Amino acid sequence: MKNMTKTGWITLLGMAALAVLPPYFLLNGHAFYMDLATRLVILGIAAVSLNLLLGYGGLISFGHAAFIGLGAYAVGIPSYHATWGGFDLIASYNGMLHLVLAIGVSALFALITGAISLRTKGVYFLMITMAFGQMAFFLFQALDVYNGDDGLTIDVRSELPFVNLDSPMQLYGLSYVSLAVAMLLVKTIVNSRFGMVLQGAKDNNERMVTLGYNTYFYRLTAYVISGMMCGYAGFLLGNFTTFISPDMMHWTRSGELMFMVILGGSSTALGPILGSSVFILLEEVLSSFTIFWHLPFGLMLIGLVLFVRGGLMRLFKGRGE
Amino acid sequence: MKPLLEVKGLMKSFGGVRATDNVHLDLAKGEIHAIIGPNGAGKTTLISQLSGGLQPDAGTVLLNGADITNMPAYKRAKLGITRSFQITSLVMGMSVLDNVALAVQANDGHSYKFLKPARSICHIRDKAMENLAKVGLRKRADDLASALSHGEHRQMEIAIALASEAELMLLDEPMAGLGPKESALLVDFLKELKGQRTILLIEHDMDAVFALADRISVLVYGRIIATSLPDEIRNNDDVRHAYLGEE
Ligand SMILES: Nc1ncnc2c1ncn2[C@@H]1O[C@H](COP(=O)(O)OP(=O)(O)O)[C@@H](O)[C@H]1O
Ligand SMILES: [Mg+2]
Repeated sequence: MKNMTKTGWITLLGMAALAVLPPYFLLNGHAFYMDLATRLVILGIAAVSLNLLLGYGGLISFGHAAFIGLGAYAVGIPSYHATWGGFDLIASYNGMLHLVLAIGVSALFALITGAISLRTKGVYFLMITMAFGQMAFFLFQALDVYNGDDGLTIDVRSELPFVNLDSPMQLYGLSYVSLAVAMLLVKTIVNSRFGMVLQGAKDNNERMVTLGYNTYFYRLTAYVISGMMCGYAGFLLGNFTTFISPDMMHWTRSGELMFMVILGGSSTALGPILGSSVFILLEEVLSSFTIFWHLPFGLMLIGLVLFVRGGLMRLFKGRGE
Repeated sequence: MKPLLEVKGLMKSFGGVRATDNVHLDLAKGEIHAIIGPNGAGKTTLISQLSGGLQPDAGTVLLNGADITNMPAYKRAKLGITRSFQITSLVMGMSVLDNVALAVQANDGHSYKFLKPARSICHIRDKAMENLAKVGLRKRADDLASALSHGEHRQMEIAIALASEAELMLLDEPMAGLGPKESALLVDFLKELKGQRTILLIEHDMDAVFALADRISVLVYGRIIATSLPDEIRNNDDVRHAYLGEE
């Protein structure tokens, strides 16, 4: 523990607070704060997954909300059919099936869209990932079976062994542990040989290709891993809100995710979570004052990003880090 | 003996500029072959086509007799071709050692390995350190690449080329921007490599070229106007006229 960096300690501290505070509030009758924390932690997982691409891969994906939507519909659609009949193949409340669907469909979507998007770079990559995200958005908007634009209410949550997702405490517990695992996973990947190649290609792709790395496939692999993690966050979000709609996939949602990562500090472990915390708390506080909260909210975020270059984590960094 | 690399009828134009104009060239195993020529002659363009960074308009490139003309750069690297860059091209956000370790790692099987921390893998780190030591950068191993001087960056380029263990090294003006002392060190160093690696050396420093090269080709306006032994090049009238600047 002696060689822990200052940011390392801050990360531990932040995670400890997230472990203790929300359950404390819930037990003292403030369910609202627990709700807020659950949303924060779930979006934190999505932001952590995006950070793998954006922060460490230099790949600015503007369509990540699609994965959240796919993961949520992987809960909603089987659950809907289990209640109302039809589509026997997947009609089920079984959470393991939902999970496999959420992660599997996300992986497939990432593989196909990534294979195409990664042929481009820079702003073209941003545009094309956004276009694929919007395709998913319009697809679900057009699916009248699932109420299209109006969205779908999930009557029965995923049934999992050991955890009961109807319990806010248990749902939070699962989300929190998932976030911790996601962070560890990304950290491990980033430090691995694979991670070195990914980061090298972010900095100097030509050099990496000259060394003999087919960076296209390394990036595609990162894209698929990130998509799967984000789809998993969608699985949790569906179970949390119990209401899902195409709006979850809208490009503005992808933009929010990107904002969280950049605001908190990309290519840091805690940055995405810090970013999503500030984002969600600001949104909550401002919207309680006035219904015209979008403008000050946007301005404050832009101000934060401009004045805290490198993200909020920058403020905590020790010397020489 | 069959040459390691054969280039036949290579052509490359940018708009109206013929950067490579019907170039024929062969490199024998173990030879140091220098290419000299004025700025804009097409030397860098030629190297890029050999390393796979640029696609020629016409012509063929053979490595050990196999056609690699359309092979992507990363595959050529796997076959043992490496290049250094005239304009330093490093992973600036990583440490000096990381940069060289990436070159070692590239030859150590695939890198779809997600669990072990890359910086804890001894055989890769040791080998990277060995190559850093060879160019005299051992002490700077843990510094960020961006913190090093221009001269040290040039040394890093060489350490990376060495670490990649390529049979064929394409060096694009490795002495550019080095002081006389650093240049002399690099010349000695390349001399030691002679025979172990095949080197295509692009260089403006004529002392270095004549000290190292087994053969010299002169490139002017994309065309090779002469390929000969150093002494013959020195006495070739066309070359003196076109390049060495003597009437
Ligand atoms: N990517 C490019 N686009 C257009 N013209 C280029 C490009 N690269 C090189 N050239 C032109 O090709 C010619 C040869 O350039 P280069 O190979 O860099 O010469 P050298 O390395 O011998 O100085 C020059 O006229 C240069 O302007
Ligand atoms: Mg050049």
